[in-house]
Amino acid sequence: MTKKPGMTGPRRLPVVKIRDIQPELRRLDRRGFLRSSLSLGGLALLTGCDLSTNSGVDAALRSILRFDDKIQAALFSGRRLAQTYPPSAVTRPFRFNAYYAEWQVRGIPDGWRLEVAGSVSDKRPWTIPALRTLPQAEQITRHICIEGWTQIGRWSGVPLRAFLERIGADLRAPFVSFKCFDGYSTGIDMASALHPQTILAIDFDGQPLAPEWGAPVRLRIPTKLGFKSAKNLQAIEVTHIFPGGFWEDQGYDWFSGV
Amino acid sequence: MPLHHQPAVIPAHPATIRFLHWVWVYAIGCMVFSGWEIYNASPSLPFSFPRWTGLGGWLGGALAWHFSAMWLLAADGVAYLAYGFVSGHFRRDVGIPAPRAVVRDFWAALTFRLGHRIGHYNAVQRLLYLGVIVALTLQVITGLAIWKPVQLGALVAIFGGYPIARNIHLATMFLIVTFVIVHVVLVAIFPRTLVSMIVGVPAESKSRA
Repeated sequence: MTKKPGMTGPRRLPVVKIRDIQPELRRLDRRGFLRSSLSLGGLALLTGCDLSTNSGVDAALRSILRFDDKIQAALFSGRRLAQTYPPSAVTRPFRFNAYYAEWQVRGIPDGWRLEVAGSVSDKRPWTIPALRTLPQAEQITRHICIEGWTQIGRWSGVPLRAFLERIGADLRAPFVSFKCFDGYSTGIDMASALHPQTILAIDFDGQPLAPEWGAPVRLRIPTKLGFKSAKNLQAIEVTHIFPGGFWEDQGYDWFSGV
Repeated sequence: MPLHHQPAVIPAHPATIRFLHWVWVYAIGCMVFSGWEIYNASPSLPFSFPRWTGLGGWLGGALAWHFSAMWLLAADGVAYLAYGFVSGHFRRDVGIPAPRAVVRDFWAALTFRLGHRIGHYNAVQRLLYLGVIVALTLQVITGLAIWKPVQLGALVAIFGGYPIARNIHLATMFLIVTFVIVHVVLVAIFPRTLVSMIVGVPAESKSRA
């Protein structure tokens, strides 16, 4: 992979998994009165659970996140559009972000095809030229990272709704799951998948996607936090099984709508 | 300040206020410390909060705390506003004091001549409590704006877009924390006010209007 000049350097923050920081979490948990009173006092107020262990706290927080997901799904409107911007507003240079450093970006595997699975009638895999024969849409929207930073980018590609209709997907299935060849994965609810600004992006800023921006095709969904816009797609599955995701399985809230 | 009838046994702080107060302490504590951890994930200004102050251990944990405690904060706020209006607490004890009274009481405080009568708020207190109620309300509104910048797009537009709304959320946090520090320092100077917020201490008589 070639690095473009002027692109952002290594990710500012290291990627941290829960198991990597488990000893530190335990140390923090022993830190003292304030923390234990926050944990134990709070959850007693919030849930009335037995909170003698850390896992009980975690379970309570996760159950509240699931409640939050229901609220978020209720707040979501399939017709409400994310704000769009003029080309002059596009952020340059665009910041690289992934669960790994930029030098670890994967190139497109030989013989790559976009696989389709689950509740769909046509499971033939797709090439990029085939995707370009479908209706195309362009958007200049704000990418909002769960970390709080944002940037505005220009993407174009196939509206996911058009793609799902083309492959005969069961649009009553609750989830669409995305698997990536860089080991990443995520999933979204069907209502968000059918939103007019949810696209399978093939181009970024007027050029075919470079590997660091998700080549050869990525999800771009401006109604969710950035980590939901999975890059380097390998397979799309329409499913009735809750798909979880790379970050979601570690504790990021699943719906993550904005 | 209008005079009103004071029964002899009226508590300095009704049980409802005392309960809601300690829920505030907990909810604001959770929101502030988890908020610092969230901020640290990508500081928008050239500083970070000390790592040990963060609640949640990492960004995902901090967000889980933030998006859990927000319900407690909102419920406490709604209950407090409802109680404050219905009981007359706001009419009596909070609100915009006369500027002259603020200057008088502020000067008295600076020169250590401002007495503290438990159960009565002087003009500076009234202004501070009104200020923190406004700040907390603004914090909830900016929080909603940056939680749902698309679904509540009109709200985030009022604050000038997502990045500005996020910084207003940060700035308002500092106002709230400043209030808390001043509040706790004053309680340390007058420790009996702490007792009156825990148990039902009778209000002291009003020695001057």
